[in-house]
Amino acid sequence: MRNTSTKAAVAFATAALAAGTLAGCSSDSSDPGSSGGSSDGGGAAAGGTYTWWDPYPQHEDGSDWANRVQACGDEAGVTIERTPYDTTALTNQLLLSAQEGTSPDVVLLDNPAVSTLADTGAIVSMDELGFDTSEIDENLLAAGVVDGVAYGIPIGANTLALYYNAEILEAAGVDPASVTDWDSLNAALEAIDGAGSRAITFAGIGTEEGSFQFLPWFWGAGADLTELNSPEAVEAVQLWVDWLDKGWAPQSAIQNSQNTAWEEFLDGQTGFVENGTWQVNSAAEASFETGYITLPAKDGGAAPAPTGGEFVMAPAQSDSARYEVTSQIVECMTTPEGFVETAETFAYYIPPTAAGQEQFIEAHPELEVWVDAVRAAKGRTSDNLGTDYPLISEQLWTGVQAAMSGAQSAQEAMDTAQEAAAAATGE
Amino acid sequence: MTTTPTRRTAHAAKEAPMQAPKRSAQRTIHGSPWIAAAFAAPLMIYLIAFYAYPLIRSIDLSVHDYNIRAFVQGDAEFVGLANYIDVVQSNLFPQALWNTFLFVGVSIVFQYAIGLALAVFFRHNFRLSSLLRALFLVPWLLPLIVSASTWAWMMNSDSGIINSFLGAVGLDPVNWITSPDTALLSVIIANIWLGIPFNLVILYSGLQNIPDEVYEAAALDGAGAWKTFWRITFPLLRPVSAITILLGLVYTLKVVDIVWIMTKGGPANSSLTLAVWSYREAFGTGQPAFSPASAIGNLLIVIALVFGLFYIRLQRREEH
Repeated sequence: MRNTSTKAAVAFATAALAAGTLAGCSSDSSDPGSSGGSSDGGGAAAGGTYTWWDPYPQHEDGSDWANRVQACGDEAGVTIERTPYDTTALTNQLLLSAQEGTSPDVVLLDNPAVSTLADTGAIVSMDELGFDTSEIDENLLAAGVVDGVAYGIPIGANTLALYYNAEILEAAGVDPASVTDWDSLNAALEAIDGAGSRAITFAGIGTEEGSFQFLPWFWGAGADLTELNSPEAVEAVQLWVDWLDKGWAPQSAIQNSQNTAWEEFLDGQTGFVENGTWQVNSAAEASFETGYITLPAKDGGAAPAPTGGEFVMAPAQSDSARYEVTSQIVECMTTPEGFVETAETFAYYIPPTAAGQEQFIEAHPELEVWVDAVRAAKGRTSDNLGTDYPLISEQLWTGVQAAMSGAQSAQEAMDTAQEAAAAATGE
Repeated sequence: MTTTPTRRTAHAAKEAPMQAPKRSAQRTIHGSPWIAAAFAAPLMIYLIAFYAYPLIRSIDLSVHDYNIRAFVQGDAEFVGLANYIDVVQSNLFPQALWNTFLFVGVSIVFQYAIGLALAVFFRHNFRLSSLLRALFLVPWLLPLIVSASTWAWMMNSDSGIINSFLGAVGLDPVNWITSPDTALLSVIIANIWLGIPFNLVILYSGLQNIPDEVYEAAALDGAGAWKTFWRITFPLLRPVSAITILLGLVYTLKVVDIVWIMTKGGPANSSLTLAVWSYREAFGTGQPAFSPASAIGNLLIVIALVFGLFYIRLQRREEH
């Protein structure tokens, strides 16, 4: 580079190259054909690549789940390009891609987000895709229904239950079968506490997980999400507050996520933990004997726990010819056999149709408790709350946290929550 | 003050070809305005794409009512300053502002004081001093998710090491991150720990620029360590201190991650700062509210800008 003319030439070339590259970039991204799902389609029937997003980053390429997705693509004669995201990231990515017109062909999304996304008009209804959703259990489908139109089909369902450490319960002289309502649960917790173990743990974190864990108690007391400060609601909050005040539950429950609560339980020093059906394998592998019961309602019976689980949905595409193959892929996931296969792949998903559940129980009779729990469960966005649910839920977890941390009394906290929720949803 | 040397080198580079033997063929290339444009273009495009556009977009978001439907369909209603008014009138605003003030103020004071003390301590080289100094940089090198989670574990009410220690010396356990009284304090402590290395490094390099002769003269005049610090080190370090504090301020104002990982702004909003509030509005709930989030974000930019202008004023006065 000693020669100045070379230097100048190189400099010029570099600058031109840089400008060219940048220009290249921008022309690429403005080309409607090059982006995302609606890209290399055209010949929908004759193969091609279909994009698929799901919230299971723990299932890598080559895992059973990835192979199952691919098999559905093979059946439809296309290649599926699967991208897993973390749940929250997935919602954000979907919104952005819907704005840019680059939505995936198929997406699996956590059920409380379904109505929010459907409201944007970025999702094709199941009617349009030609699916009959009447076979699906109503309580499970409800989360995906907006104004009577279904925008997705649950690929399976999970819910919450009370796991217990059999050794600790035995040492404290507690029979898990005796826990049928709040009074008997409190008696059991007191006995465990008296025997020197931590009685119970749960997740009271200030996110959707916190509301998810609180709802069985909230609904189990007979409270309704449209009135957060009803006497029943306050009673449910007081139940959790008392557990903390009496030292039956750890202070850390206020900031626990469901995973953290589960880790605490696996430590072997806690009697009960409120957690989801997805932990069933982990519970079996614990170093102590475990069992589970359904969450009790205040006056006995099973509390309606919120349904968890993902819906399969088809985001709107500019090229409607793609829907034909998309339907085939969705179909592959939602036949009774498909549901059972999904349930087995995940080991904790309960099929959302009666036919699927029957097949599933036949193969796994030990999981019948879970099937019952799922049948009793309630969608968070049901009761026609739809897109109001996230707004109410935010105030619910804030109120519960305020009461548990002692910032406010249960009544004050829920009054504030109700006021804020009414203001947020009244708009 | 890294800007001066860079500017100088850039200048030198521009002059270099001019001094080269001038031949007519070259001159046409050098003189062409297209060359200048081509050189400037990448920078301009970069600035527009990564600075101007996001800023404009953020303002655009904050003056429209972007609910999710409008975000996707792009037909948000223009609402002027309504989002700003809503934010300022919200009963969370005074609390978030006060928390932000405490979070930034207390963090900066302690980060600076401890950083300066360590810098002075390390000024004299001793055995293992460089190793020790390197160890102090660890908080900086660790991914934030690691350090914030570790702090959250250490401050765990029931099984955290801090409460075990308090118990061992006969004190009552403190519900660090689960009590509304101490949640803000807890995140401030973690943030101070995170900020010390930054202050240490900059102040240490500032100390290196104070000539040894000044210290020798002071020693000859019989000044003790205390006097030397207040009469020499501290005044001579003032320009470096000012920029350290300004940068610390801007960094601390926009801290989201450590608070979010440790407390999510809770319990009961007791550790909610403006930055965390903005993040929570946009991404923390099931119902993203981008418009209020960007309104809060823009308020933060204005606050940072005020301090920036204050700094420039201060610097001008120093120069005169």
